[in-house]
Amino acid sequence: MNISYTILIPLIPLAVFLLLGLNSKRIKPAISGYIGVLGLSISAALSFYTAYQYFFVNGKVDGVYQTFVNKSVWMHFTETLHIDMGVLIDPISVMMLIVVSIVSLMVHIYSRGYMKGDDGYTRFFAYLSLFTFSMYGLVLATNLFQIYIFWELVGVSSFLLIGYYYTKPSAVSAAKKAFIVTRFADLGFLIGILIMGYFAGTYDFETLNNPEGSVILSWASTSFMGLSVITWALLLIFMGGAGKSAMFPLHIWLPDAMEGPTPVSALIHAATMVVAGVYLVARLFPMFYFVEHGFALNVVAYIGAFSSLFAAIIAITQTDIKRVLAFSTMSQIGYMMLALGVSGYDGHEGVGYMASMFHLFTHAMFKALLFLGAGSVIHAVHSNYLKDMGGLRKYMPITNITFLIAALAISGVPPFAGFWSKDEILVAAFEHNMLIYYVGVFVAGLTAFYMFRLYFGIFWGKEQTYKHPPHESPISMTFPLLVLALLSVVGGFIPFGEFVSADRMGFEGHLNYPLAAIATGVGLVGILLAWVFYKKENSLSDIYAKAFGPFYKWTSDKFYFDEIYLFVTKKILFNGVSRPFAWFDRNVVDGTMNLIGNSTVKTSNKIKGLQSGKFQDYAFSFVMGAVIIALVFIYLWTN
Amino acid sequence: MIAGISIYEILTVTSILFFIGVYGFITRKNLISVLISIELILNASVVNFVVINKYLYPDMLQGVIFAIFIIAVAAAETALAVSIIINLYRQISSVEVKDTEVMKY
Repeated sequence: MNISYTILIPLIPLAVFLLLGLNSKRIKPAISGYIGVLGLSISAALSFYTAYQYFFVNGKVDGVYQTFVNKSVWMHFTETLHIDMGVLIDPISVMMLIVVSIVSLMVHIYSRGYMKGDDGYTRFFAYLSLFTFSMYGLVLATNLFQIYIFWELVGVSSFLLIGYYYTKPSAVSAAKKAFIVTRFADLGFLIGILIMGYFAGTYDFETLNNPEGSVILSWASTSFMGLSVITWALLLIFMGGAGKSAMFPLHIWLPDAMEGPTPVSALIHAATMVVAGVYLVARLFPMFYFVEHGFALNVVAYIGAFSSLFAAIIAITQTDIKRVLAFSTMSQIGYMMLALGVSGYDGHEGVGYMASMFHLFTHAMFKALLFLGAGSVIHAVHSNYLKDMGGLRKYMPITNITFLIAALAISGVPPFAGFWSKDEILVAAFEHNMLIYYVGVFVAGLTAFYMFRLYFGIFWGKEQTYKHPPHESPISMTFPLLVLALLSVVGGFIPFGEFVSADRMGFEGHLNYPLAAIATGVGLVGILLAWVFYKKENSLSDIYAKAFGPFYKWTSDKFYFDEIYLFVTKKILFNGVSRPFAWFDRNVVDGTMNLIGNSTVKTSNKIKGLQSGKFQDYAFSFVMGAVIIALVFIYLWTN
Repeated sequence: MIAGISIYEILTVTSILFFIGVYGFITRKNLISVLISIELILNASVVNFVVINKYLYPDMLQGVIFAIFIIAVAAAETALAVSIIINLYRQISSVEVKDTEVMKY
């Protein structure tokens, strides 16, 4: 399979970024929107072509999906250790290409309506293109170091887009927070990469992931503090993934990242960038599975399960609709992580891996839809808060229907997309770890509850009197909603197991009816509860909030994690570490340099009188010097 | 070869000429006099070139040619120096050395 053209998929958005970014003042906003959409359409078309070629024409050899690599050496260290640049085509990278293409294209189209009239319209599209380029590069990376480079690039574009409204202090601090927290996590990632480079001797995914390869077979050769060094490297790499995917305890940046424009939240903080951590674990899945009998994978599973539960609980009490969605994203990504964590490798054992990727795919569709729907609502009522909304179903029929579809999909109601992927996840958990299975089922109920709390709160509930009567959004905004709604309905019928599986063989997915019934039942209970609490205006929710008392307060304050972080950084780190270092730097390091500088200045002031300006003085000194040297030489020669 | 005069006598004369020039360069108060002193220094070295050529390598001409070079360069240098002095005079209406002392830190 000739894949050399796939390099164009990331390069076209890069070209668009350069074109728009360098000419942001010269290109008219209307044109820049078209350029962005056009560039991305070409990339998306190429992605679909690649997917078709790969999955249906010539990707499969003897029933196994092959890996196609096209790369060249970029930095050469030793024979085995070198950093390459190139593209890697395998089932998950092709699947991610499709996800990124669809969501990014829809968000581009949507932004043309949503951002209309904004001052930085062209800048916005330039950043979107930069992000899309980085994400494609991340997905297609052939080795750990290349993925790290693009990993940082998506971090930068996320920073730029969160801080897009840079005149708003909250947006600026949210951007900084997101950047610093993920950067801290990426420090772990980098250390993991370096450990991997030293002990495994290669960054190449194919070599690392080969189950019969030397890296996996000889994982036990070096150990550190009771664990194999390779396990340490994987845990550190997972730390990077957890930072990007907002896993507990590195999740604090994601809710604040909602300060960015809503299309950005849909693209970056719901569908694509935040699942990069899941993608990274999936990318290194054979290593996670085989090294140290899956120790690192268990860590992934428990962190995923805990994050998913933790975020779902917080989501119930939030009042900012975008924050509810942010915590919901965190919860669903936790789901994907736990699915990876409970996955096996061969055949049907690998159902968790497949379910995780499946859920990533369906989640991207319905979560992007939820965010874009929320953006449409915010566009209409000019507020993020539930208290300013209610009864919008009459004003915004399309948004209402599409939001309902997305909410049903995320709640796991058949036949919507989320049902199928969530069911596979629960099957995987049921087969491998009962504790995680119970957490998963409970979270499924919570998800349905908070999602319908949101839905009823926005579109039903108490009738508001609006200053400006809200109206349905323009076609450029409703079209993406409809496309994504369609995908959220039919996405679940894709036989995902045949395309994506841990051992690349593919298997027949089938529904486990008792488990599916339990999950659906729990979801319906959640929806029913939300119906009782929020469909009509009533005081039930307040009564129960009071009944929970302090627990409700903790939850709505996100368990005080922001405050804990602030305490640790401001009180302990700043006072205990930074201030002494700053003192040392100002007084000892700078002091030495200042001493040298000052003494030079003082000496110069003392001796500057020698420069009298009388050239005859200089001539005299010169002649005297010459005479003295002459005398010295004469003395030396004559003795 | 000049009959009756040895190289040492001529070199003594040029040395005296050279140090007169140096002395004048350091002590004269007028920039034109300083310039003249520089000419004395140069002429002392020119005479040295010619004499040493004549006494040590009578068959060759390099020293003499070098002397001509120095004269040409000295003429150019004098023209330059005089133009600088004229410009200086336009600025400060003086060609006294003590009036040029402002050129310091």
